[in-house]
Amino acid sequence: MKACVIVFPGSNCDMDTFHALKTVAGFDTDLRWHRDTDLAGYDLIVIPGGFSYGDHLRAGAIARFAPALREVAAAAARGVRVLGICNGFQILLEAGLLPGAMLRNNTLQFRHEWVNLRVDSTSTPFTRECDPVRVLRMPIAHGEGSYFADAETISRLKHEGRVVFTYTDDNGRAVREANPNGSLSNIAAITNERGNVLGMMPHPERCSEPVLGGEDGAMIWRSLAA
Amino acid sequence: MVIRPLAEVVDPEGETIHAGLRDLGYAGVSRVRAGKLIELDIEAAGEDEAAALAKDMSDRLLANPVIEQFEVTVREARQAPA
Repeated sequence: MKACVIVFPGSNCDMDTFHALKTVAGFDTDLRWHRDTDLAGYDLIVIPGGFSYGDHLRAGAIARFAPALREVAAAAARGVRVLGICNGFQILLEAGLLPGAMLRNNTLQFRHEWVNLRVDSTSTPFTRECDPVRVLRMPIAHGEGSYFADAETISRLKHEGRVVFTYTDDNGRAVREANPNGSLSNIAAITNERGNVLGMMPHPERCSEPVLGGEDGAMIWRSLAA
Repeated sequence: MVIRPLAEVVDPEGETIHAGLRDLGYAGVSRVRAGKLIELDIEAAGEDEAAALAKDMSDRLLANPVIEQFEVTVREARQAPA
């Protein structure tokens, strides 16, 4: 598995993600700058969390015009796996590689805490090693993570099995109290139609080793390697 | 241009401002929506071209049509110095 992490001005999860991919997952991993225009040869491209371009205007709005994003779009069209984590998810939404948009958290707080996630789809390359009945624990850390799309899009995402993770209670129920940010239908992660682009607000790179307090994030690397 | 959240989009910032206004005793405020104002100085052949450019910029970057709408207003058109 040949992977890269794209670094933007303001990324701050790039080295954690690089470490998780290279050391924990054992992937052959590069860091690539957002001005890079050649991302050929990768099986996996990860857009990490952070505050690219200071989150000015809207989170991810400026980063989507970075030269590397044109390459990401081209790679996604070829079927390369693309994973956007947190700010990476926001960038994929702004770039139109995933449908919908992020609003400011309905609590108006920056939420940083562990959340429960129900795995709604194990047919993606990112989750095929997950046990669908086991609720995962991962940390979130964001101020603009309230997923919004029009009713038709939400219904299509559900109908097509493209909601991949949902914020739930300990028992996998998508109750209002388990929703940290006001996301419609408690949505935490979605894929594109083809299933090779995943955007997720939780941070798997922050829970891939026991020393970090949890290993559920490693399920994603294990799935990608399988 | 003025950018505001679409009617069907929740606006937690507006709701929080509303709560603050109620606390200050402004009981008559029934709704608050918060948006953005972006001012641009544009060189263009005329007001129509300036408005068209601003609209294009809003479509492509300044507003996100999934959650926002925008209005462009051209003002203070002046002759470029010779």
